[in-house]
Amino acid sequence: MSIAIYIAVMAVVTYLIRALPFAFFRKKIKSKFIKSFLYYVPYAVLSAMTIPAIFYSTGNIYTSLAGTATALVLAYFNLPLIVVSLAAALTAFLTGFIF
Amino acid sequence: MDKKIKSDFLRGLFDGIPIFLGYLSVSFGFGIMAVSSGLSVFEAFMISLTNLTSAGQAQGVAVIAAGGTLIEMAVVQFVINIRYALMGLSLSQKLDGKFTLPHRLLAAYGITDEIFALCSTKEDILRPNYMYGVIVVSTFGWALGTFLGGAAGTLLPANVTSALGIVLYGMFIAIIVPPSRKQKSVLFVVGVAALFSVICKYLLPFISGGFAVIISAIIAAVFGALIFPQKDGENE
Repeated sequence: MSIAIYIAVMAVVTYLIRALPFAFFRKKIKSKFIKSFLYYVPYAVLSAMTIPAIFYSTGNIYTSLAGTATALVLAYFNLPLIVVSLAAALTAFLTGFIF
Repeated sequence: MDKKIKSDFLRGLFDGIPIFLGYLSVSFGFGIMAVSSGLSVFEAFMISLTNLTSAGQAQGVAVIAAGGTLIEMAVVQFVINIRYALMGLSLSQKLDGKFTLPHRLLAAYGITDEIFALCSTKEDILRPNYMYGVIVVSTFGWALGTFLGGAAGTLLPANVTSALGIVLYGMFIAIIVPPSRKQKSVLFVVGVAALFSVICKYLLPFISGGFAVIISAIIAAVFGALIFPQKDGENE
């Protein structure tokens, strides 16, 4: 299948999700369940995407684990996104000389 | 163009510089990942330009690489990006009168986690030109980084590019850990999602990656909503 069609589907679905409520919705959601569900969705998605995929992200489980540990510690101390992600990569790079 | 409009735009550009830097490095990792998954530099660049989102793009490339169906792609994008609908709802409550329908349809393109966070915290009343400024500088970083990662990724030594494969995941960790520390409900949801994701990967390998993420996330978010319903205003 053409990659352009995949990209078009991605772009259209993503745009509609952003545009429909932003442009047309004028009321507030009342259902506590739906509000709670939507609140948790991003965290659930990011967690499911990250684990276990991150352990294979560098092609070497040991450097991936070292990078993951670095990211967890720095994120725990609330460091900015860019610092956490680059430190994880740097750790994976440096431990690559050992493992 | 009067001065007021121009200064709104410039203020948005300036406030968006940290997003530019963050996007530049993260999308560099995306560019490498996309090209190593078999996409061309141009295709990776077009994905970034038309989608402007990290998690959705990463999973979208995984669906393409695995030869998934278009239905799977649409469902994956819908579930991963549904949070933007919430952000759009939230932003729609504080728009300036200048935000007519054409402006809303245009600015909707730029609703991302970071742009939403900036626009909803920096401004009491959100004007179109401020949001456009933030979007322009952010999109520039996101597309440029993707291009550089895709193009130069092949020039870099293999040990550098493989190490950069962790960049996007590092950012995801940086997003989910701080709120997990503050709210045990979020920690619970993150834990349940990770558990089901691991179960899918090792015990139910016939479920494709994209659907495994969706199934795990929906189960975790439903459990979260049932066990820890949000109090009003808590998620503002």
